Amino acid sequence: DWDDIPPPSALDKISEEEALQIIAEPLLPLQSSTLRDYVDHSETLAKLVHLGVDLSQVEKRQKAGQLLLTLDFEKDIRKILLFLKDVGVEDNQLGPFLTKNPYILAEDLEALETRVAYLKSKKFAKAEIAQMVSRAPYLLLFSVERLDNRLGFFKTELGLSVKKTKDLVIRLPRLLTGKLEPVKENLQVCQIELGFQRNEIQQIVFKTPKILTASKKRLKQTFDYLHNIMGIPHHMLTRFPQVFNSKLLRIKERHKFLTFLGRAQYDPAQPSYISLEQLVSLPDEVFCTEIAKASIQDFEKFLKTL
Amino acid sequence: GGAATGLVAARVPVLADHPLVRGPRFRRLKMGAGHRLDVKASGVFVLGIGHGNKLLTDLYNCHLTKVYTVGGLFGKATDDFSDTGNLVEKTTFDHITREKLERILAVIQGTNHKALLMHSNIDMKTQEAYELAVKGLIRPMGKSPPIITAIRCLQFTLPEFQLEIHCLHETQQYLRKIIHELGLELKSSAVCTQVRRTRDGVFTLDDALLRSQWNLQSVQNAIRDCQLRVETELEKTLG
Repeated sequence: DWDDIPPPSALDKISEEEALQIIAEPLLPLQSSTLRDYVDHSETLAKLVHLGVDLSQVEKRQKAGQLLLTLDFEKDIRKILLFLKDVGVEDNQLGPFLTKNPYILAEDLEALETRVAYLKSKKFAKAEIAQMVSRAPYLLLFSVERLDNRLGFFKTELGLSVKKTKDLVIRLPRLLTGKLEPVKENLQVCQIELGFQRNEIQQIVFKTPKILTASKKRLKQTFDYLHNIMGIPHHMLTRFPQVFNSKLLRIKERHKFLTFLGRAQYDPAQPSYISLEQLVSLPDEVFCTEIAKASIQDFEKFLKTL
Repeated sequence: GGAATGLVAARVPVLADHPLVRGPRFRRLKMGAGHRLDVKASGVFVLGIGHGNKLLTDLYNCHLTKVYTVGGLFGKATDDFSDTGNLVEKTTFDHITREKLERILAVIQGTNHKALLMHSNIDMKTQEAYELAVKGLIRPMGKSPPIITAIRCLQFTLPEFQLEIHCLHETQQYLRKIIHELGLELKSSAVCTQVRRTRDGVFTLDDALLRSQWNLQSVQNAIRDCQLRVETELEKTLG
């Protein structure tokens, strides 16, 4: 109707009070390389931050940032979180879990539940499954076939019993999610290059599963020093394989110090024997006073002569 | 007119600044290294952080001497002059005595002293040269081949021996070569078993941090302890 008051034009003058009421926020960028630009405008992202998810890490991953922006906390994310809690992931671990594996939020809930059922069918206890899932966040992204193949692989390659194989993967579940070729190669190295017998390898792997994923170069160098320079025989290394997890520098420095003091004696049949455990697992102060019978200052002075 | 409407600026915390969104505050530290130390060698290795990098460059331009402890072993020669290289020949060494070794070291010191004066671009007959010599400031202030300013024998227990070498513009491989050539001069052969830098300009072994001391507190203390010395040296040499 021509007599109605026309709508105000954008160019009309307005009062100061009216002007102050206008809130002009910048538009959300259509493209960004960081979630920082969206986190204050997204309930979902805000809730994830409060859960403890490290968005600065997530956004570095392939398409993970994009994924989070397309999800809705209530509709998509909540049910996965409840599922994880049900499996046994601790509340304060949910944030770090999602930081490592945000992709689980895009998984089909039924598929996830099938995989947990599979693990239960293999007689993994609830607490064990909780531990495996927490320690290897990518575990439940693997299909039942893949999980089955992996378990079979370890049982065959290592020749361990079913119970022992299960125990192994519970303690180091990333064996199931990592690549298998490096594990095969490490086993070859232990057998061919280091010269351990198959039953010795089984014992070593069972005591320190990390050997399967350790760097081959480091493994060879550490073995070479322990066996060829320090003269430690295979059977003693089999009894304390934790020494392979120790830093080579630490082994070298401590051995050289003991040699300098005339205390480098690693044969249990001889007096003043120093076990591998004493050599590597004690902290510096204790090692100096108890084992080397010297002060830590002496040790430091000695290290500067190397 | 209308009353002035006060606007107050207020800071409101936003999630965009939360550490879980922003990421770590320090991502990179500008670090630089001083004089090179190759993989087989050990000892004092100077690093600079931030402004320290500029100081490293200035120190480099002071051409200060470095001191090494160099270990040798008579009886064999290798292709890379070190004890881990491929064997080239084996020789006897019982004829070698400490006196013979020290005689050769004196010759080395003599020839190097001539080289030092030559590369320092100083006319030895001037008053300027005398004053600089008194202050210990005669040294090449530009590029030069490696120069040994002092060399002496610390230990001698055949077949092992240990030397202390003060030098400039050196590489550790050059020092290994000296050991090799010493062997030849003494009508035998020798390989280098250790190259350990005990001093780099104003930095000594006592200043050096061991692996177990690579933490913020120790690094801060180390920087503080050396600050005055570095300033004094730069002042003295570069003015």
